[in-house]
Amino acid sequence: MTADGANGAFQDRNRRSWGRVARRPHKVASPRFRDEVQAVLVGGCQSYKSVLGVGLGRSYSDSCLNPDGAVVDTTALDRLIAFDGESGVLRVESGASLWDILEFAVPRGFFLPTTPGTRYVTVGGAVANDVHGKNHHRAGTFGNHVLSLGLMRSDGQELRVSRDQNPDLFQATVGGLGLTGLILWADLKLTRIPSSHISQQSIPFHSVSEFFDLACESERDFEHTVAWVDCLSAGDNLGRGIFSRGNWSEVGSLTNEPARNRLSIPFDPPAMALNQFSVRAFNEAYFKLNKARAGESTVKYGPFFYPLDAIRHWNRMYGAQGFYQYQSVVPPNVARDATAEMLKEVSHSGQGSFLAVLKTFGDVKSPGMLSFPAPGATLALDFPNRGEETLRLLSRLDRVVDNAGGRLYPAKDGRLPPEQFWRGYPDAETFREYVDPKFSSEFWRRMIAG
Amino acid sequence: MDQSTDLLSGRILILGALSGVAEATARKLAGHGGRLALVGRRAERLENLRDDLRVRGAADVRCYDIDLVAEAHKAQQLSDIAAEMGGIDAVLVFYGALGDQTTADHDINEVARIIDVNFTSAVQWITAVIPFLDASSATHPTILAVSSVAGDRGRRSNYAYGAAKGGLSVFMQGLAHRFAKDGRLRAVTIKMGFVKTAMTAHLDNDGPLWIEPDDAADAIVDILKRKGSIFYVPWFWRFIMLAVRSTPSFIFNKINL
Ligand SMILES: Cc1cc2nc3c(=O)[nH]c(=O)nc-3n(C[C@H](O)[C@H](O)[C@H](O)COP(=O)(O)OP(=O)(O)OC[C@H]3O[C@@H](n4cnc5c(N)ncnc54)[C@H](O)[C@@H]3O)c2cc1C
Ligand SMILES: NC(=O)c1ccc[n+]([C@@H]2O[C@H](COP(=O)([O-])OP(=O)(O)OC[C@H]3O[C@@H](n4cnc5c(N)ncnc54)[C@H](OP(=O)(O)O)[C@@H]3O)[C@@H](O)[C@H]2O)c1
Repeated sequence: MTADGANGAFQDRNRRSWGRVARRPHKVASPRFRDEVQAVLVGGCQSYKSVLGVGLGRSYSDSCLNPDGAVVDTTALDRLIAFDGESGVLRVESGASLWDILEFAVPRGFFLPTTPGTRYVTVGGAVANDVHGKNHHRAGTFGNHVLSLGLMRSDGQELRVSRDQNPDLFQATVGGLGLTGLILWADLKLTRIPSSHISQQSIPFHSVSEFFDLACESERDFEHTVAWVDCLSAGDNLGRGIFSRGNWSEVGSLTNEPARNRLSIPFDPPAMALNQFSVRAFNEAYFKLNKARAGESTVKYGPFFYPLDAIRHWNRMYGAQGFYQYQSVVPPNVARDATAEMLKEVSHSGQGSFLAVLKTFGDVKSPGMLSFPAPGATLALDFPNRGEETLRLLSRLDRVVDNAGGRLYPAKDGRLPPEQFWRGYPDAETFREYVDPKFSSEFWRRMIAG
Repeated sequence: MDQSTDLLSGRILILGALSGVAEATARKLAGHGGRLALVGRRAERLENLRDDLRVRGAADVRCYDIDLVAEAHKAQQLSDIAAEMGGIDAVLVFYGALGDQTTADHDINEVARIIDVNFTSAVQWITAVIPFLDASSATHPTILAVSSVAGDRGRRSNYAYGAAKGGLSVFMQGLAHRFAKDGRLRAVTIKMGFVKTAMTAHLDNDGPLWIEPDDAADAIVDILKRKGSIFYVPWFWRFIMLAVRSTPSFIFNKINL
């Protein structure tokens, strides 16, 4: 098919994932109306080896790339379809972003049941990675609040999938990395909020075990908990950080902040800008600043849930080489030791990141066969791409996760070793039966080759 | 409708509602509780828009599946719509087509098609709607037409489209002159620059001059609240077009545009 300016035609476009390690040419179609999708999918499957639905490309890994095939960019399918103000159930097209939903819902006293650390992800992306947020111990994953989905398979058939209708396909599609077909729309149950503000507390901690004590004590009374860790500190300071916990404030207005982000990183700064020294200095300063500021405050939901959304293209900060994210979850019984060990590896390597995030997951069962969240502790790290040196550190971390019986988050990890994937996700073999024969991604090809 | 009721929540007719910029604009109007009549030529897609606009807060949304060029009974259609909506307070003309200039270079049918969609049919709809606006009780019933910077100077890559849009701009300018005598009705021309929509999807549409439909919609809604009759969207095109218009032909002719 050639580019003819009509919606639905596949065009040549370069795409890369949020980690920016790889930039690849793709055939891209961007349908704007639901009635176009069938022809696009069927046509795409005939002309190219495989297809994949994609959203806003906020996944760091190769799970949102399909360079030997075609992708259907769903972001123009961004309409609200129906809303029931009594039950809070919103039916929405899959390409709508979480920001589109908040813009509509917050003034009406509703919020997302759970949200990842950025509002610039689509509903389809949030379902396909079964994303989690700071309230996992209460709410579980995003998929726990999805009532049903419209799914189009490569043969052009539209299926309705839910816990009652095609339940196996529902479990495969939630967290299914886009491989079971194209999600057209979702029914999502929103939660009521009394205001758009969060009453939060920041508490400094000085070790991994102090973190776990705080997390344990906070889970009952706080809906949202998360911690930032200084991953370059060593010795006595190992595992120090700032624990933050909060609840929706009972008082205050129901208002959105403006969507536009004023700050932007317009081009790649030299890689030097982010060297070991600057990261260490940042971590040190950040810890001191927050320690000094510790205490209670009421903040708008934006800075609480989405601090990075304030800077557009923040991922350029890591320079042209891009960066790796690394997120693991380890079971509760070994969480303290495994977390301390991973932090020791990172600190020892000196390749730390700004954004080390530590959180405990609760017991709410994830609905998807490949959902990442499981009871225990999750640690998210990022590392500027320094080639071999970085990859070696990541495999040392892999060993810790493996020994602990944990697993890694496919959305975040562009080099997740296949053995580790199959070991970490025992339902993955069952999942394979539900993969649409014409859907694939760079990630999936790596996994089935390995 | 009483004098204080603001235009944005009035009864608004959108010709070419399926255009990318029209849809973005309609979403903003829905947020103001507007009552919208959507005209386009695909019923199912109009219904997709209608559902969305209702959820977003539009007080009333009606769909009209009409081919805006082929329709032979324009005045009758308008009177049916006005009857169902209880009147018309504003008309927004969004539909249009870029056409294919390389074909139009030699093919009179393509030239005619481009002129019909962007000019002839548009000025007919506009003329036919004036009596309904006269009957509206809004403070300033308004016609807003989306024209193009391409209408400011002919150039080889799209002069048929440019001529049609230029004609539309002059027509709207004349209408604004006509309305100025009485001061109640308004005729507003939007000279739009590059927007990332289906119309331009085949172009390399990345760069500092390109804006999203949502940005164009913000500007258009803002313009509906203001006085004035000719606006560039985004505003900086006023200066670009000033430079383009004042470039002497012996230089302009050497530039591939
Ligand atoms: C700053 C930042 C913070 C983040 N914080 C968190 C966090 O706290 N918790 C968390 O869980 N994640 C987090 N993430 C990851 C992010 O939430 C996920 O990667 C999310 O899936 C991205 O959605 P997207 O719309 O960008 O989808 P993409 O990245 O484009 O695609 C993601 C996956 O969804 C599939 N997909 C997308 N749309 C469809 C569709 N319509 N039908 C079928 N499949 C589809 C794709 O095939 C792909 O497998 C964060 C990311 C960033 C950049
Ligand atoms: N995008 C730009 O860069 C740009 C720049 C300057 C000016 N403009 C003008 O802005 C306006 C909006 O365009 P856009 O950018 O939003 O592009 P668009 O999404 O392609 O919208 C054009 C719309 O016009 C409709 N249309 C064409 N002929 C029709 C007919 N006979 N009957 C009913 N509907 C008809 C099309 O409907 P179908 O899908 O049914 O054909 C389409 O929905 C147009 O007038 C355009 O000329 C655009």
